[in-house]
Amino acid sequence: MSPLLCARGLSKSYGPRVACSGVSLDLHEGEVLAVVGESGSGKSTLLGLLATEIAPDAGQVNYRFRDGTARDLHTLSEAERRLLMRTDWGFIRQDAMQGLRMPVSAGGNVGERLMAVGHRHYGNIRETAEDWLSRVEIDPGRIDDTPKTFSGGMRQRLQIARNLVTHPRLVFMDEPTSGLDVSVQARLLDLIRGLVSELGLAVIIVTHDLAVARLLSHRIMVMKGGRAIEAGLTDQVLDDPREPYTQLLVSSVLAA
Amino acid sequence: MNETATASGYNFAYLDEQTKRMIRRAILKAIAIPGYQVPFASREMPMPYGWGTGGVQVTAAVLGPDDTLKVIDQGSDDTTNAVSIRKFFERTAGVKTTTKTTDASVIQTRHRVPEEKLRADQILVYQVPIPEPLRFLEPRETETRQLHALAEYGLMHVKLYEDIARHGRIATTYAYPVEVAGRYVMDPSPVPKFDNPKIGDCAALQLYGAGREKRIYAVPPHTKVKSLDFEDHPFRVQTFREPCALCAAEDVYLDEVVLDDRGGRMFVCSDTDYCEQRRTDGHRGKMLGKVPLGGEAA
Ligand SMILES: [Zn+2]
Repeated sequence: MSPLLCARGLSKSYGPRVACSGVSLDLHEGEVLAVVGESGSGKSTLLGLLATEIAPDAGQVNYRFRDGTARDLHTLSEAERRLLMRTDWGFIRQDAMQGLRMPVSAGGNVGERLMAVGHRHYGNIRETAEDWLSRVEIDPGRIDDTPKTFSGGMRQRLQIARNLVTHPRLVFMDEPTSGLDVSVQARLLDLIRGLVSELGLAVIIVTHDLAVARLLSHRIMVMKGGRAIEAGLTDQVLDDPREPYTQLLVSSVLAA
Repeated sequence: MNETATASGYNFAYLDEQTKRMIRRAILKAIAIPGYQVPFASREMPMPYGWGTGGVQVTAAVLGPDDTLKVIDQGSDDTTNAVSIRKFFERTAGVKTTTKTTDASVIQTRHRVPEEKLRADQILVYQVPIPEPLRFLEPRETETRQLHALAEYGLMHVKLYEDIARHGRIATTYAYPVEVAGRYVMDPSPVPKFDNPKIGDCAALQLYGAGREKRIYAVPPHTKVKSLDFEDHPFRVQTFREPCALCAAEDVYLDEVVLDDRGGRMFVCSDTDYCEQRRTDGHRGKMLGKVPLGGEAA
């Protein structure tokens, strides 16, 4: 089977500052790839390039659609791109305020994608929303409450429900657990791991936290100064890093 | 058109010819793309924005010397707002004015569609405060433009979903969103949803002007207009338990009128011209009993 997502030579500069330089990667269906690095390493820019939120200076991203055809994402029309984002893809943001509609109820947040693809039966939309709230361990009794009244962990779980309701094949995650208490983080990671394997999701997760990468990902890519300096199976890279920089990253985590 | 300056020294209908031509071009574009909000260079008018400067500019652009103008505000011809706009065009355009819907060729309105069925030789001009139906959930103008361009209207249903979740039913009663000609979603201005069915398949041209927001949009004659809803919560208009207390009309929009400080009240036609016409025709509501009003022949 050909990869679901295939990036070649992705580069992006902001003026003289090189944010991402010649990055290539393949992602297969059901595979979780962690992109790790310190802040400023280019990992967030790479995520933006892959998710077509940032236009690259060079390189391309091919995506295999459900009908089997692979297309360069940066040549899609705006309408095609947006349809892809709200059906086949999900995006979990670090800041829940950006990933949710804060004045809208939990049910409305989860139901939005369904309504966007043409669902017009209130009762069915609500039932699906209730089901998804349960699946992300939010009391369905809170369906009419807005996320303003939710804790940080609940907001992240609501984001997950809102994204997964259309059964996407690929989910982008940008530091989804950072800023949360350790115990809340652990519960969220368990939930994500369970859903990813149950639904067979492909995930690209950006994190500065190697423990998150170890827990969730099959493969890992280490970024530094806009370049992918090391990539491989997660356990292999974390247990036996080749690059001195990766060794430094791993040891600093062990020291923490 | 004979564009003579009026006694007050203004150009016909206040605006200069170039401005009127600019507004007419926006109107033509709006007619060509039903429900689409056309930007236009809204001018300062000698009245505050809340007074319907968008509607006034559209009226000024479509008005000719032979037109007869009617101005209604919440169904009534004699509110301060309606009277001042009517006087403004009497003074600056010298056109005939009327309170009778049937006699008018141009009707500027705020908050109502007349009860009387409109004709092909009439134009209805709405004063619009906020033209963007998606504004409630998406404050970014660049994004709402994109949503319209791609006909991504899921958000409109999120708004209706929220209504039902909170109130058990679609509680939006004014400015109820409609889909025009199967394409653009439009805010019909703050008319009661009772009036929505009259906007669809209407014989008259309907024009919408938003002054502060600099937008003009239109519903051409006999255009399909659909009020958004859910399959299990279909669109319904308001219904009233009793007919009009003055003219006994049913299936019209009624206003509550407080009669005294002891809780006395009655429901009467919001469209005062329609109510008067029915009384002239001999209809009597329960507040009037059998006694003819003001000596009119019953
Ligand atoms: Zn009446």
